[in-house]
Amino acid sequence: MSTLKGRNLISITDFSKQEYIEVLDIAEGFEQNPKQKILSDKVVATLFFEPSTRTRLSFESAANQLGARIIGFSDPGGTSVQKGETLHDTIVMVASYSDLIVMRNPKEGSARYASEVSSVPLINAGDGANQHPTQCMLDLYSIRKTQGTLENLNIAMVGDLKYGRTVHSLVQAMCNFNATFHLVSPTELKLPSSVKMSIKNAGLKYYQYTDLKDVIPTADIIYMTRVQRERFPDPMEYERVKDSCILTAPMLQGCKENMRILHPLPRVNEITTDVDSTPYAYYFQQAQNGVYVRQALMAAILGAK
Amino acid sequence: MENKKEMVVSAIENGTVIDHIPTESVYQVIRILGLENYKDEVLIGNHLASGKLGRKGIVKIKNKHFTKEEISKIALVAPSASIIDIEGYKVASKFTAEIPDHVENIVRCANPKCITNAEVVPTRFDVVDRENLKLRCHYCEKFTTKETMKFAE
Repeated sequence: MSTLKGRNLISITDFSKQEYIEVLDIAEGFEQNPKQKILSDKVVATLFFEPSTRTRLSFESAANQLGARIIGFSDPGGTSVQKGETLHDTIVMVASYSDLIVMRNPKEGSARYASEVSSVPLINAGDGANQHPTQCMLDLYSIRKTQGTLENLNIAMVGDLKYGRTVHSLVQAMCNFNATFHLVSPTELKLPSSVKMSIKNAGLKYYQYTDLKDVIPTADIIYMTRVQRERFPDPMEYERVKDSCILTAPMLQGCKENMRILHPLPRVNEITTDVDSTPYAYYFQQAQNGVYVRQALMAAILGAK
Repeated sequence: MENKKEMVVSAIENGTVIDHIPTESVYQVIRILGLENYKDEVLIGNHLASGKLGRKGIVKIKNKHFTKEEISKIALVAPSASIIDIEGYKVASKFTAEIPDHVENIVRCANPKCITNAEVVPTRFDVVDRENLKLRCHYCEKFTTKETMKFAE
């Protein structure tokens, strides 16, 4: 039985290095054999207080493949939430109808709070700009799967490193695995100092760049994110830097053979479509891995693995 | 304590003296403790000569003894202030207000998107940096600092 039974997953730092590995090992089993009806007596509630098609379908597919029944809503329109019911009351009620709650809510910190009032375990499927730990777990799974290990890798993080929550979580998680970080972003969107401090405190190194070309020969993983126009108060500034974080197929000449490109999706133009057919593109498989990782988390938390 | 013969702010028989308050924090201390509405004697001195601080503030509150929560509030706006309990004109106990490891219910989270600012949720913070007064919200994980700190009503 897993040590994760009955636990919540709110923030990536809630789990230890050993627990990350445990989840990834269980997920590997689901990748080999995804249809295991081990949760057929369980009800999973998916509460999406804001729409997120990809994340919701990934969780629901995972729950379905485990045989669990699903209740919930995909946006709060037409529910008691719209009538002004508090998060507290919604969670207390839903907890009495289900064995596990999966929640997305735009309010930051809402997941931690909901887990404190819920009588059943809760998985955070994104609380505003704060945390989205299952995305981070699937990133770890994809890195381990493509590299054969999580240890001693050169990880390039590219794009909006200031606001990208997936970037912050992945940096924090990879601090457990002796990574070297290569941070590529426009000056305005550098990694916040608090996250850099986590790297320093782990005794690890990071290097900062403004041009993506500079990291291609050294990276084992290139983790791309979108640079959004609305982050720039001055549109001229956006125009000046927008191409510095775009990855094209010709740029990949001279990269390592084992290098793989990840992206939390949706992509806009930061990876041109000619990259999709190269052996380095991994972002679509990465999204598929999300189902196995979510199966693993639900099974472990509900005590079925 | 001042020499009683030259005492600028008169002594109280029973109550609490908050001494060694930085001069810029005196009125904030009064505000966060809600002393504007206190119905007994409150004596306030500011810019008094101090060996420790150069200039200091002092507040004496008659017939009032502070709770742990109130002392945490004092520590957040006036770290290093002395809290002196007075009984029968004598010092019954004296200690320094220290910033606790965890702050509950006192401070509002500076992040407007935090759940604690959207619903009636008691705030909770871990103190991550005492010297520069930096608090990390237990819920949204964002930092509230001296500059952005507001106190709960």
